[in-house]
Amino acid sequence: MTATAAAATNSSDHATAAVHAQQPFALKDCSLIAIATGRKAFTLVEFRDHLRDVTLDSVYHHFWGGLLGARFEEREFNNDFAAWCRHHLHEPGLAEQLAVVDPGEHRKLESLRRELLDIIDERLDSSELAPWLRAERPFEFLRSQLVIFATGKTLQHPSEMSAVLPEIATGSVFYHFIDARRRLEDGGDDFSFWLAGFGAEYEELRRGLGKIDPFFASLSQVREELVGLCRQFCDGEEKS
Amino acid sequence: MKEMLAAYAEVVGQDVIAHLQQLSLPLQGMKVVHVNSTRVGGGVAEILEKLVPLSNELGIDTSWEVISGNDEFYRCTKAMHNGLQGHRGPIADSLLRAYEEANRENAEKLREQLEAADFVFIHDPQPAPLLGLCPNRRGRWIWRCHIDASRPYRPLWRYLRDHIAPYDASVFSLPDFAQALPHPEYIIPPSIDPLSDKNIELPTAEIDRVRKEFDLDPERPMVLQVSRFDRFKDPVGVIEAHRLARKFVPGLQLVLAGGTATDDPEGEVVLQDVRRAAGDDPDVKVLLLPPDAHRTINALQRAADIVIQKSTKEGFGLTVTEGLWKGKPVIGGDTGGIRLQVVNYQTGFLVRTPQGAALRIRYLLYRRDRMAEMGEKARQFVRENFLLTRHLREYLALIVGLLHQAEYRIEL
Repeated sequence: MTATAAAATNSSDHATAAVHAQQPFALKDCSLIAIATGRKAFTLVEFRDHLRDVTLDSVYHHFWGGLLGARFEEREFNNDFAAWCRHHLHEPGLAEQLAVVDPGEHRKLESLRRELLDIIDERLDSSELAPWLRAERPFEFLRSQLVIFATGKTLQHPSEMSAVLPEIATGSVFYHFIDARRRLEDGGDDFSFWLAGFGAEYEELRRGLGKIDPFFASLSQVREELVGLCRQFCDGEEKS
Repeated sequence: MKEMLAAYAEVVGQDVIAHLQQLSLPLQGMKVVHVNSTRVGGGVAEILEKLVPLSNELGIDTSWEVISGNDEFYRCTKAMHNGLQGHRGPIADSLLRAYEEANRENAEKLREQLEAADFVFIHDPQPAPLLGLCPNRRGRWIWRCHIDASRPYRPLWRYLRDHIAPYDASVFSLPDFAQALPHPEYIIPPSIDPLSDKNIELPTAEIDRVRKEFDLDPERPMVLQVSRFDRFKDPVGVIEAHRLARKFVPGLQLVLAGGTATDDPEGEVVLQDVRRAAGDDPDVKVLLLPPDAHRTINALQRAADIVIQKSTKEGFGLTVTEGLWKGKPVIGGDTGGIRLQVVNYQTGFLVRTPQGAALRIRYLLYRRDRMAEMGEKARQFVRENFLLTRHLREYLALIVGLLHQAEYRIEL
């Protein structure tokens, strides 16, 4: 079993990752395609009701899916719900509250959904106007389908990362660095999970990876950051 | 690597091509057929022209069939196109009968091929009844809607829905365009082909030659709208915007370049309206170009300072994507897919009126620095999101998705 397979099937913690220490890292790629759910909300009440009932895949899509989909706008918020509240419902305060929600703090999407619903309910309770506001454009609830496939490329050792990562597709960045946050127990990424198997030597690199915020950059920018970090780490290693 | 794949790798990167090759591995040898109603003219034909051979290079046995009909058929399908875009008006029964008859005749020719295919993509409403005319079909059928059907004329939608509901899936360009249907509705924006004559880099001499051919002064600013002569593209509104802006930008030139598609009988009527509105103004050029004038359109877009697409209804608006790819800011109508592409002060401006368009023309021609910044950003956005390879990737993902019964995560 490769390290990625272990991460995908045994989503425990880094203690488990150590069991699979120093196994090759099988690079995967993925393609995401959006599917309409048929749910549209013009008001905050409709939005709350749909959010309560919509499939959890839709919650996933509106936090992470957009990163792999077509997007002209620079991302102002870390999720589509906040963006809609700001730009179309004209509820800036609510948008800020929704934007501060950290999906990494929730092990289950249902728990993430509950936090979003609590914030919206609080707003509906505290404002007489909020239930009556009507957005210029509706919020369209989407879900997505993720097709994951092997690339045939493997990393035998962390020292290969700086040479191999520049060549990986943005779909690989999404799968290993973003989608992994939903798969792994600790909400981390596949690279950190794998590096943990190599002990303290790569702890600094793992800490660096943990500082990359994937929500506000394009996937190609995230890839550049990953590569830069790996090169910086390797250079440091060589000098020492 | 095959010839076309190698050529695309130079523009989009080897990683993108490798991604397509991996994704197509489980689809090797499968038979895919695309069906539409015109071989030339319009965005659908332009996409299929490259998508089909590219799919074949990836090892998927892909073909493209075009249905045809008589004048009544085309009048009916044009009325359907308008009706899906919200134009209210019934379609005569005689036209609907002609529509059904044309589909029956085409089914006779195509039935064997369509029934044997693994996947059939039916583009737009023209060939939609074919599914019901192929009872022994063994593959999965997908209805691909390229039109803004967000607010269709309801009696028409009820009629079309009976033909579309039995499909295995449908595809819309934007979530807003999707209608309630009893099958998965995928969202796939269209794309442009960076290697086509319409989008490939051109030598400066060729751009100069086209300027000369149409008597355009390179020393004076020029704005351009490229689109079919169609009321929803509001060409008369663009002429009004030009007149308003010219008060502040003396010498401003306007080019309205359009063609006609073989399935659009209304084009001639709209063209006459446009010529009337342009009058004898020497700075307004109304160009009726043949459907294969791709390099000419490319040169005009590169010669323009600003690209306009002042549609009041729009599917996705590929002419917007083309303008952005050439590094031009776009002034676009606040509708349909233009909203996805044009972001105020980032890649251009969204407008609702000729007055709004005039204001933004003035702004951009005055702030040349901002115009250059927006143009640069525009090209990068298209490179990352709206080239043909992304479109093909999503079709392949859709096919894989349908093979796996639309599960959320599919591990190949």
